[in-house]
Amino acid sequence: MTSAAAALPLDRSPLQRLSSALYLRPALLTFLLLTPPLLWLGVIYLGSLFTLLAHSFFALDEFSGVMVREFSLATWKEFFGNPANWDVVIRSALMAIAVTLAAALIAFPIAYYMVRYAGLRMKAVLYLGVMLPLWSSYLVRVYAWKLILAKEGIVSWFANTLHLGWLLDLVLDIPEIGGPSLSTSYLGTFIVFTYIWLPFMILPVVAALERVPGSVIEASGDLGAKPGQTFRKVILPLAFPGVVAGSIFTFSLTLGDYIIPSIIGKSVPFLGETVYRLQGTAGNVPMAAAFTVVPIVIMGIYLTLAKRLGAFDAL
Amino acid sequence: MRSNVKAGWGLKGAALAGMLFLHIPLLIILLYAFSIEEKSFVFPIPGFTTKWFAVAFEREDVRRALGLSIKVAAIATAMALVLGTLAAAAVWRSRFFGREAISLLLILPIALPGIITGIALRSAIGIAEIPFSTWTLVLGHATFCIVVVYNNVLARFRRTNRALIEASMDLGANGFQTLRYVVLPNIATALLAGGMLAFALSFDEVIVTTFTAGQQSTLPIWMLSELIRPRQRPVTNVVAVFVIAVTFVPIVLAFYLTRDTHDVAGSVK
Amino acid sequence: MAGAEATPAVSFIEVSRRFGDVRAVDNVSFDIADGEFFSMLGPSGSGKTTCLRLIAGFEQPSSGHIKVHGVNVEGVPPYERDVNTVFQDYALFPHMSVGENVEYGLMIRKVPKAERRSRAADMLKLVKLDGMYARKPSQLSGGQRQRVALARALINRPRVLLLDEPLGALDLKLRESMQNELKAIQRQVGITFIYVTHDQGEALSMSDRLAVFNHGRIEQIGTPSEVYDHPASQFVAGFVGQTNLVDGYLGQRLGGFPGLYAIRPERIRILPPDGEVPMGMATIDGRVDSITYLGATSRVEVEVEEGRLTVIEQNLEGGTAAAGRDTGANVRLIIERRHIQPVTESQ
Repeated sequence: MTSAAAALPLDRSPLQRLSSALYLRPALLTFLLLTPPLLWLGVIYLGSLFTLLAHSFFALDEFSGVMVREFSLATWKEFFGNPANWDVVIRSALMAIAVTLAAALIAFPIAYYMVRYAGLRMKAVLYLGVMLPLWSSYLVRVYAWKLILAKEGIVSWFANTLHLGWLLDLVLDIPEIGGPSLSTSYLGTFIVFTYIWLPFMILPVVAALERVPGSVIEASGDLGAKPGQTFRKVILPLAFPGVVAGSIFTFSLTLGDYIIPSIIGKSVPFLGETVYRLQGTAGNVPMAAAFTVVPIVIMGIYLTLAKRLGAFDAL
Repeated sequence: MRSNVKAGWGLKGAALAGMLFLHIPLLIILLYAFSIEEKSFVFPIPGFTTKWFAVAFEREDVRRALGLSIKVAAIATAMALVLGTLAAAAVWRSRFFGREAISLLLILPIALPGIITGIALRSAIGIAEIPFSTWTLVLGHATFCIVVVYNNVLARFRRTNRALIEASMDLGANGFQTLRYVVLPNIATALLAGGMLAFALSFDEVIVTTFTAGQQSTLPIWMLSELIRPRQRPVTNVVAVFVIAVTFVPIVLAFYLTRDTHDVAGSVK
Repeated sequence: MAGAEATPAVSFIEVSRRFGDVRAVDNVSFDIADGEFFSMLGPSGSGKTTCLRLIAGFEQPSSGHIKVHGVNVEGVPPYERDVNTVFQDYALFPHMSVGENVEYGLMIRKVPKAERRSRAADMLKLVKLDGMYARKPSQLSGGQRQRVALARALINRPRVLLLDEPLGALDLKLRESMQNELKAIQRQVGITFIYVTHDQGEALSMSDRLAVFNHGRIEQIGTPSEVYDHPASQFVAGFVGQTNLVDGYLGQRLGGFPGLYAIRPERIRILPPDGEVPMGMATIDGRVDSITYLGATSRVEVEVEEGRLTVIEQNLEGGTAAAGRDTGANVRLIIERRHIQPVTESQ
């Protein structure tokens, strides 16, 4: 072989020239790549979002009930002035917190078992088992719960058959969270919320636990930690970002859902329902917009904290 | 971090209980697709029949809703594939100012409650006086599907050796040839996985859809109306079982396509 | 080897490459002759890899000019340069077979399939991978991947081949045999090899000439023996081989003038305390502090007035110098004056 160079075919096609122009200007290429997605999200999504938020500075005309497109703080005054609004916000936030905690408690053993003890095959089964409900029809699953929790439903059928009806009544008699039946109590709403959003908690916790190297756990054991201590001092802190990542979803989804509380629970309004009603039947878009600011602010604070805790890496 | 030690009974029990909690409602859905009672849910189930499967596929409204859902999901997925991949490529290839902000912006449509996205789009559609159509549905769906593709593709990019691209150019391939022969083959399975997850996500979405549908009826919207004003209850369950079956295939495929890497874990709704 | 008047394969003319405030390459000028095996040696971050990437076209100079075979290559992307690279981590395309990897450059140049196949087969033979055509890169060992990377670059018959620490990931034994093979292949194909390494032994044993990099600048360019025997700076003396650096009283005593001197440990000879000093040799008396047996050689640390010197001795059977030496023994050291090399201070 000789070193006679195979002369490169002098390609002067438009594509080649375009390629070279971009190669020598990497910043331009990045800009071109980013422009379509940023235009989409920046204009369509953020644009809509800000349009909506701007509506909260309009107000309804008191007599005609028509929205007046003029800057006004009337909507916000009304929003802060009416204690019923605060009840809605607090009720929703408490529910979101309770659902998030319950989801974390249920998710952790599943995720921990999946990552640390399950064999490859078992792991795949569990993994798909978590994904399946996530992608199954949300509505039909909610309705399945109505059947389970209703007064003549599956839970009460089993309770009566097993002569445990007294236990169910005892639970339903608890003030505040109880009610005439599970499907018309806060407890029922809470169970269904927890059920529906549980996979969103499991998956990030699994992702976080996967990142805990086995050697770290062994090292902790070598250094004389009892299994309980290893769990508390090593595994929990390392898995925590996963829990935080999952809680972004459980928290946000609970705050914004309007279908579950309307199907299962007391007929008291939650945040999502309130926004839905104000925007729809009540036709009060400014107030609906004011209400949407609440979850945005809450999630803004939440995302900032989550980012500090490194939760984005576990998403 | 798999351990050689056996799991304790407490842990096993808790994990099993959790999995049962997730799956019992699905079993009930399946069971009631065969119920002879069509007006209401009764437990225990009064009797079994398979006639609802035939009934469901005869019903024109089911077919129309299914057709619209597939169309919207297909277009939204295609747009999400393009936009999500572009964003992932940009974030991967350079450390520009504001990368974090881009990730946040992409996550926002799924991190903020769906009702906000829905109402925001609805009011924008109203102001722009756009008539409701397939495209208004696509508008909403593509917005929250982008992040699924983005997460999958970015995860793959991060495990791709940057030197591959340099090697290709070093061997004489220009940017477009490198894209065709090296970049796309390397991210193909991630694109497929992200695309299928985006499709499944769009196919089942109801909250944003209610606000951007107008009078149109996708499959989940059809279900919502059926559940509130039932005609033939088991038909709803048949459709639900069908949807579960249809979405389960892409999930299994996506899982196996990306399973060494747990990409799927990083792509929740 | 090309004559001095021939066009150099690569020329750097006052080239700088800055990344923000960091000067990765700082006003560097040198020529590499056609057909030369040229090494760029230096610690990590010294600018050698950036120089390689500037030649390949992955980076553009912030200032200065680079010529490849006399042609200015500013603004020429890598795919229009007649230069190929063997990457540090091989960068084989994981979705292609070994054969498809090797043929990649020809496929891009639209060479007919039959010719591609036969040239790929020749190349695989050259790197001793006959019959591996259909394997996937993931099925190969590190050494085999290395050969595929080499074949993939050489098949394009570039005029210059760049090698970025190509043996860095291999174990010691394999590395030594690959060094010989690379050198043999280079002689066979006659292409200019530009070889980046941080391993001074590798650079000394393989190169026709080498450049020693430090802090983005070239400290010295020369043949291996020039660089080793006459290091230009404190840095080169320390980085290439072992050395005794002496200054102050000891420097003046041995070198004759005040200054900084480098003395290779194997250039110092040990005599009995009353040994006769031949004409023209520098000498100093001392006491043996420690002796470390290294197999073929021994390292002897000798305490002398105002300092200490390290001496490497061959372990010859019944070697004359071996007599009467133990820790604590008084000895006399002698050094030929030409081996006491004045060097400049480095940062």
